[in-house]
Amino acid sequence: MAMKQAAAEGFSPKAGANFWNHRRREALTGWLFLGPELLGILVLYVFPVFFSLYLSLCDWNLVGGISAMKFVGLDNYAELFQDAKVGAALRNNLVYTLLTVPLGMFLALLLSVVIHSKVYLQSYFKVAFFIPYISSIIAVGAVWSALYHPSLGPINQFLMSIGIGQPPMWLPDPNYSLISIAIIAVWAGIGYQIVIYLAGLSGIPDELYEAAEIDGASKLQQFRRITLPLLGPTNSFLFITLLMGSFKVFDLVAFLTGGGPNNASTVIVYRIYEEGFQNFRMGYASAISWLLFAIVGVITFISWQIQKRSVHY
Amino acid sequence: MQSQTINPLKAVTTLFMGAVSLVFLVPLLWMVSAAMKFEKDVLVFPIQWIPTAWNAAGNFKAVWMADIPFYLFYLNSLKLALIVTVITILFSSMAAFAFTKLQFKGRDFAFGILLSFMIIPEQATLVPRFLFIKWLGLYNTHAALVVTMMFSIYFTFLMRQFMIGIHPEFIEAAKIDGAGPFRIYWGIMLPLCKPILATVGIIKFIWTWNDYQHPLIFLLDKELFPITLGMQLFKDDYADNFAVLMMASLSAIIPLLLIFIILQKQVIKGISLGGVKG
Repeated sequence: MAMKQAAAEGFSPKAGANFWNHRRREALTGWLFLGPELLGILVLYVFPVFFSLYLSLCDWNLVGGISAMKFVGLDNYAELFQDAKVGAALRNNLVYTLLTVPLGMFLALLLSVVIHSKVYLQSYFKVAFFIPYISSIIAVGAVWSALYHPSLGPINQFLMSIGIGQPPMWLPDPNYSLISIAIIAVWAGIGYQIVIYLAGLSGIPDELYEAAEIDGASKLQQFRRITLPLLGPTNSFLFITLLMGSFKVFDLVAFLTGGGPNNASTVIVYRIYEEGFQNFRMGYASAISWLLFAIVGVITFISWQIQKRSVHY
Repeated sequence: MQSQTINPLKAVTTLFMGAVSLVFLVPLLWMVSAAMKFEKDVLVFPIQWIPTAWNAAGNFKAVWMADIPFYLFYLNSLKLALIVTVITILFSSMAAFAFTKLQFKGRDFAFGILLSFMIIPEQATLVPRFLFIKWLGLYNTHAALVVTMMFSIYFTFLMRQFMIGIHPEFIEAAKIDGAGPFRIYWGIMLPLCKPILATVGIIKFIWTWNDYQHPLIFLLDKELFPITLGMQLFKDDYADNFAVLMMASLSAIIPLLLIFIILQKQVIKGISLGGVKG
């Protein structure tokens, strides 16, 4: 009995009055288990945040070494607000969000409602729409770069064959490069959104539909009065996730256009990459990082407010 | 009684959805088709879905036996993804164990720090990370990638959520039998956590395999490139040879497809759990 009690309190039943009593022992083991992960998080997340805040107040070209680091106060932020490239990146990020988030959610909702209730071969459809998502975005980016080929690509050959004489140039076309990237993103992301929607749909009890059926509600009424409201939390989760994701887009831009032509497809994270890792302007790149951080912070704050209201239905 | 007859409306909807799903699969079908062709046939219109002349072997040679062969990228990706995945699982599960099954001062404070840094976009910390890696002398090494990718607040959080659900009786019983914390972690917790470990492992493997940004920033030598950067080289070198480029894309995607086909359920579960990827 005494043994059991001691064991319940800590890990060493033998712990006595000595310095290493069971409480200290458990604390030591606790920190040992926590240690590696916590150290990593401190070095790679916590410290970098403060370090980048300090760096953003400095003018520092990495090539000059530590001694070339110069404290300049808010100069970087002043430059940030006058930088046409950053302005273009912000605008592009916003356009990209408007292109991808509503379209992706709408298509995914439509497809998953149909898959969920009204088709045979459900598992085939889940897999078919999911394959682009699981594939490396870089590899599918290479595929699309061929499809988009301005004169010989299948997309434009098709457009010309149906009578469109002057189809867009796609990636090298300043008016279409961002749209081209957004199309790939919607195509590649739809599988993820469908998976989330299907999970949400399977959480809605069938009895609700049966009851509505008896009351004579049409399918459209059922969708508007039952499906949509009960998908509220799923919708807000997806919306926030996609919104944040759209402000972190990088891979396709770096791989396909390098932000071009003439900054038509540059985005915030690509600007961080350019300034930090191509021009080695560490201070300025940090200031742009803080711009990204601020945007994500605002989205997080708003999402908390939305969740407060939408979770309790 | 369950009727076995085919519902006509459902059948029509299925056919319609089949057409929609084909539209979504067309780019990948085109990739497979192009990878099998001679370059001169790739951009012929209307598209020859089944090649009239096959050059799969020629394209395969160009991808896999070139100056910088694809198998090198494969080995690099495989090595990186495996190491990163194993360490992530180990560190995250250790931390989750401490957070849920050990009592000590400062535990909840540490967890609070972790949680509050979950909202930091990883991209916003790239500059300081790059500097650390340079100062540690790890620039242009695989170690740089392992170090930056092996810690994950999110997976620690997921595992903690799972471990909370494990009954304390399992642990009490083991304690009474005289097992120390290390044995309890290794011998009881990890086996009980197999489902979440598998899910986290698969997702982390796929993410690491597909990562492009970190290698782009931390690597210089082509011999060290993973597949994503290898694809970049192929895109630059074979900008006019789509047949070879499509064979390279196909090669890059096949392992992911295999993982997905074999572990479909785990992958889908993991993706819906791990939906925070940017």
